[in-house]
Amino acid sequence: MGSHGIKDQVAIIGVGCTPFAEHWDSSLDDLIIDGAQATYASAGVAQDDIDAFWFGTSQSAASGLAMGGPLKIHGKPITRVENYCATGSEAMRQAAYAVASGAYDLVMALGAEKVKDGGYQGLNAFPIPTDGTQRTLTAAAMFSLILPAYAAKYSIDEDDLRYAVAKIAEKNHYNGARNPLAQFRRETSAEQICQMAAVAGRLSVFDCAGVADGAAGAIMCRAEDAHKYCDDPLYIKALSVVAGTGAGSLDPDYDYTTLNESKWAAEDAYSQADVTDPRAEIAMAEVHDCFTPTELVLMEDLGFSNRGEAYRDVLDGAFALDGRLPVNTDGGLKSFGHPVGASGLRMLYEVWLQLRGAAPDDRKIPAGDRTLGLTHNLGGYPGEMVSFVGIYGTEPG
Amino acid sequence: MRGIIAAGVHIPYHRLDRSEITALFGQGGGRGTRSVASYDEDTTTMGAEAARSALRNAGDVDVDSLWFATSTPAYLEKTNATAIHAALRLAPSVGALDMGGALRSGIGTLRTALTGRSTTLVVSSDIRDGMATSGDEATGGDGAAALLVGDETAGTVIAEFVGSGVATDEILERWRIPGAPRSRVWEERFGEVAYAPLIQDAFAAALADAGVSTDDVDHLVLTGMHNRVVKRNRTRLGVPNNKIVDDLADTVGNTGTAHGALMLASALENAGPGEVIVLVVIADGTEAVVLRTTEAIVDHHASSPVSAQIAAGGSVSYGKYLSWRQMVAVEPPNRPMPNRPSASAAHRRREWKFGFVGTRDRSSQMVHLPPARVSEKGGAVDDMEPVAMADTEGTIASFTVDKLVYSPSPPVVFAVVDFDGGGRAPLELTDIAADEVKVGQRVEPTFRRLYTSDEIHNYFWKARPVRSVGAASADPPREG
Repeated sequence: MGSHGIKDQVAIIGVGCTPFAEHWDSSLDDLIIDGAQATYASAGVAQDDIDAFWFGTSQSAASGLAMGGPLKIHGKPITRVENYCATGSEAMRQAAYAVASGAYDLVMALGAEKVKDGGYQGLNAFPIPTDGTQRTLTAAAMFSLILPAYAAKYSIDEDDLRYAVAKIAEKNHYNGARNPLAQFRRETSAEQICQMAAVAGRLSVFDCAGVADGAAGAIMCRAEDAHKYCDDPLYIKALSVVAGTGAGSLDPDYDYTTLNESKWAAEDAYSQADVTDPRAEIAMAEVHDCFTPTELVLMEDLGFSNRGEAYRDVLDGAFALDGRLPVNTDGGLKSFGHPVGASGLRMLYEVWLQLRGAAPDDRKIPAGDRTLGLTHNLGGYPGEMVSFVGIYGTEPG
Repeated sequence: MRGIIAAGVHIPYHRLDRSEITALFGQGGGRGTRSVASYDEDTTTMGAEAARSALRNAGDVDVDSLWFATSTPAYLEKTNATAIHAALRLAPSVGALDMGGALRSGIGTLRTALTGRSTTLVVSSDIRDGMATSGDEATGGDGAAALLVGDETAGTVIAEFVGSGVATDEILERWRIPGAPRSRVWEERFGEVAYAPLIQDAFAAALADAGVSTDDVDHLVLTGMHNRVVKRNRTRLGVPNNKIVDDLADTVGNTGTAHGALMLASALENAGPGEVIVLVVIADGTEAVVLRTTEAIVDHHASSPVSAQIAAGGSVSYGKYLSWRQMVAVEPPNRPMPNRPSASAAHRRREWKFGFVGTRDRSSQMVHLPPARVSEKGGAVDDMEPVAMADTEGTIASFTVDKLVYSPSPPVVFAVVDFDGGGRAPLELTDIAADEVKVGQRVEPTFRRLYTSDEIHNYFWKARPVRSVGAASADPPREG
């Protein structure tokens, strides 16, 4: 038994992403077509070259037909994947494993979500018949539970902590303002965010991810075949998913200052990738900043900060574009927007750009000798989530 | 000997200051406050809370039947008493019947139980409303009372049933078509004249049946919806004023179907042994019941007395009251309505949904809320025992205020509650203002209606601050 991973067995040869926005004039089919075309173009392959497809969408559609229909994919396997907000990463993981297994030569993972046709702000869960006793809080309220718990545990003034997480939004807006595909391209300040009305606990609307429509995809092949398609591929170093048991809502020992599933996924991914010191080896990371407190505790769960110190590191700018470990250089969910099924692949898109030096100059990470990028994607709530960590590098092992 | 074994009441937390009615409309209202059922309460949930209180006060008594009387039932056709039955976790062999409709059904149900043979939990509950500025709006109150009736072989009788009297008449004095927003009344004078002999007759018949005289009466509970009739007859029955039980008009208001039992519960809390209590309820005639307290009354201490519940109230604005009663339509949150609960899923999980019963893993002792088959700690499969949590207090571990989510009365105040003796549940808080909540605060479960979707009332438990004197026990959860 063991989690061995597929380090250096699979290469990513193309990643595409649509603009993330309120696409009032685009249907899910349009997003799928645009996302797929951008991905084919990035890899320089045609649809017919691809042997199998994985389609990630959380709530916009069901089954592989939703992808096969608009793209007119004939006679090929298409699998619809869903794993909450980690859907896009999960689709990519399934596709990568299919290549690693030897079953297919060339595969594609595509994530897409059309969230803006629902008529309500925010994300709304698909109604499943239940006994009616389930909690009905918004995700914002669930993640807002982190702040008072974190402040109490580390003896931080709640107002100071509130300001620190607003700095996370400020950073991600700064980065998003330099991203032509991002939903929100305007900078904002932590001071402005702190003055906004609270909607869930201490969180304002600007502590929440943008809600956008969009699609993103990636094409993968065996590592030894990568140079048939591409001069500068990325190599998959680790793919890890951990699904929790909902223990946080059950176990009084859980204290809302950590996201255990994310911590465990990171530990597994570092092990798969032989990463022993993430701060020294990871060049940049895209993490699931669905709400500002999420990014705060993730810095600790991913090993980028010591326990209780992420708050200080955030204020010191450790994760800014020019910081010691740039995080969410594309603006993150906060500024790029969060079309659920696409977000995990959107994160990969930024790693694809940054590690290969293809990011726009005004948001390019400083050159260095670190060659690894990380994506972290989660779905659910503190204490009850699925969590994904992927690590990618420019060099084969 | 047969009589009352225990009493329990539920007076909702919220109070409307009647002067707010006058302030807004320039008419209506009056002095004092009235009790107001919260947006998440109905006659069923209030009845369940009163019944829980009565059973706590009763100790270990096997109930044969649960009878539920209200003029404002949450459902027609479907029995409401079965939800209370489920919240109390009574056995399937215990009957549950609705006696609803008429205001008279409260006293009638009690008298029928007292003259019967089984151990019966008599629950009465009402939400009193009326058009804005009406007399009914101002003088009404919301609340519930439960009286456990039985023989001394079933439990310790605190007040023996010694007689009753009835005077029935067909009088069109107060009426309401089902579903109508208000009651209608004939001119006051007609009721005054028509009721006078009926009251005298029922009162006299009850005293004669009990073999007591007017001079023997230590506590007279006199109530009815016709205020002038009640007021006039306070002096006409020959019972001195100082022996007439306070009708709670200044604080609670008239709780209609429940009010006789509510006032009786109050009288029992203040009575000494060997005292005669006469309960007279005026509705479509008059029914009267005579009780004599026993020595056991001395040792009967209500876990949540009427006076304590009155004292624990908090205010609600008239605007909020009008919106809760759907007298004023306010803008709902722009969020989708919750899905209706599934009848079959609710039925499978009725112990959890209605009884708040989780499970405890025998090997790790970990409490699982909701119930689980596989243990979170150790992974033991199907080695759980039920653990009843409804009477267990807890502490707020963390909380938040959600202004985005759908609620019948936003915002949702929500807490992660860690229960004494183990177990955690994320629960909505109720009867609390958002700025009152604190980490470490003590809370207790309360049976509520979360929302109504597709004409299905979604009942479940919330948590409320521990306020009343000696409310729930602080003991570890009792075994299921």
